[in-house]
Amino acid sequence: MDLFEYQGRDLFERHGLPVLGGGVAETPQEARAIAERLGGKVVVKAQVKVGGRGKAGGVKLADGADEAEARATDILGMDIKGHTVHKVMLAETADIKEEYYFSYLLDRANRTFLCIASVAGGMEIETVAEEQPDRVAKIAIDAVKGVDEAKAREIVAAAQYPAEVADQIVEIAVKLWQAFVAEDATLVEVNPLAKVGDGRVLLLDAKITLDENAAFRHPDHEALIDQSAVDPLEQAAKAKNLNYVKLDGEVGIIGNGAGLVMSTLDVVAYAGEQHGNVKPANFLDIGGGASAQVMANGLEIVLGDPAVKSVFVNVFGGITACDEVANGIIQALALLGERGETVTKPLVVRLDGNNAEAGRAILDGANNPLVERVDTMDGAAARAAELAFAGK
Amino acid sequence: MAIWLTKDSKVIVQGMTGSEGSKHTRRMLAAGTNVVGGVNPRKAGTTVDFDGTELPVFASVGEAMKETGADVSVIFVPPAFTKAAVIEAIDAEIPLAVVITEGVPVQDSANFWAYNVDRGQKTRIIGPNCPGIASPGASNAGIIPADITPGGRIGLVSKSGTLTYQLMYELRDFGFSTAVGIGGDPIIGTTHIDALKAFQDDPDTDAIVMIGEIGGDAEERAAEFIKANVTKPVVGYIAGFTAPPGKTMGHAGAIISGSAGTADAKKAALEAAGVKVGKTPSETARLMREVMS
Repeated sequence: MDLFEYQGRDLFERHGLPVLGGGVAETPQEARAIAERLGGKVVVKAQVKVGGRGKAGGVKLADGADEAEARATDILGMDIKGHTVHKVMLAETADIKEEYYFSYLLDRANRTFLCIASVAGGMEIETVAEEQPDRVAKIAIDAVKGVDEAKAREIVAAAQYPAEVADQIVEIAVKLWQAFVAEDATLVEVNPLAKVGDGRVLLLDAKITLDENAAFRHPDHEALIDQSAVDPLEQAAKAKNLNYVKLDGEVGIIGNGAGLVMSTLDVVAYAGEQHGNVKPANFLDIGGGASAQVMANGLEIVLGDPAVKSVFVNVFGGITACDEVANGIIQALALLGERGETVTKPLVVRLDGNNAEAGRAILDGANNPLVERVDTMDGAAARAAELAFAGK
Repeated sequence: MAIWLTKDSKVIVQGMTGSEGSKHTRRMLAAGTNVVGGVNPRKAGTTVDFDGTELPVFASVGEAMKETGADVSVIFVPPAFTKAAVIEAIDAEIPLAVVITEGVPVQDSANFWAYNVDRGQKTRIIGPNCPGIASPGASNAGIIPADITPGGRIGLVSKSGTLTYQLMYELRDFGFSTAVGIGGDPIIGTTHIDALKAFQDDPDTDAIVMIGEIGGDAEERAAEFIKANVTKPVVGYIAGFTAPPGKTMGHAGAIISGSAGTADAKKAALEAAGVKVGKTPSETARLMREVMS
């Protein structure tokens, strides 16, 4: 889960890291109140999870509460690269003398964590790494040993931070690592880490990603989820513990296992090229032991998407037995019928693996005109694409 | 023969008394796996009956190894306890630990991996979030269905469980030496490269299927390794050609960030290394058929 800048600022503050005073507003009136509290000049920043907001006009200076309210009015509701601005952060301004870069992140390739540190801050680190590679230090962090003062000094030396800020950055590096671990982050990026007029070093921006697998030990992280960005179908799926991602096509997809479902999306997209360019409408992995109830929940979500014109159920029975899946489909359709929801969209089902014969027999025996059985994954994908195109 | 798991492997189950653990212990036994016991400190000294096979429960991995000669542990404990279970297996220096558990925090995986490296990597870790390893007809450590395919001479390494089953099914007339599900998490104990190296060195494997998916650059690194080190034919498949950037597709590791981790980039890297890459599972199986006949 990626955090907004204001959530990152709050998180830094909670962990004792030096940040500027700030607050978040959803209305111009709230913005005014925060500006009054902060006093003097403030910066009003659009809260979107996408880069380039400055260029898009999403960051403005304001002198006093009146101006802050006016700037917030301008920025709230703006569209930045397809992201609507629902919140603005107001922060104190700083007299920036120098800008540096600092981050901790997951290093998949080396199966550890990495610190990237640079004296060149304020711009994209990828650009700096390309144009001035000698100004970007990458230091591997041992996950068990972490970052203590000695390690922090190693980082500061490697990054060639100026001597007058070295002690401050050492302290920041240690605290930031503690925050990274304590919050189960996979990325904390500070850009810029800035030296301001009075000589202090402050964290002026925050890009943080938290590990959703660690949610069980962070009940407080739930509150950080941006409900406005979550698709209503995704929300409904999450409430039913389904692994669902909304996409923008017409063929609803239900499968078991993340890899197989991803593969199903591909096969349907290829088949769609022959049938009016229809595409997958979603990713839905019903997982290993898919019961009738899970299948019903999955079908309900997928059929509830008005964009869906046909559904492809693609199951390879490993642990899951195909006869249970077949029963699940039939019961699910009956369940939806009982709830008064008329199902009119055709289903194409492909079953292979554990008890596939029995599963196919159940589907054939049920004689439901909406359910069509196809033996191969490619054939079923083609049929589902064809039906979706016909239903458009 | 096979890689890492053979008919002589003695398997214990950490979490055998739990619901998933007991269900899959029963399945592993039915597949002919030599399961010799389980670990649960609270139930140590008791036994569990699996359709007539009485399996002892030990207090620790170390005790189980001492009493039974076990050399493989399959781990089914919940995510919150996985790190401790893996560290216990590492401390006992068991040669192979297969971590099935899904949803392990990545900091925990990074921690047990660093711990394993610090201890000299005496334990091969497979997973987490993986279906395990199966040498059809010999032994099965994990949740891969045992009856999809008989033994044979194709080796398979995959990030995905059900895609593994799909390819095993499509190529069941040839059969497999070993299939390894390495898992779809960002940090995993056994990589594509580890498995490719083992298959290259395995006299009973003639050709290799490698299944990857979007996210990270493991497939690109595997391609470099193949170019330099693998002389056996390799056929590849990558899932997620049409996945949009920024959306996590089920596996914690399956996300395209910026321009990195796309299926097209992985396919190009593999093809540059001489690997034939299928666009779909069926095309991949067809390419392997050409290799094998």
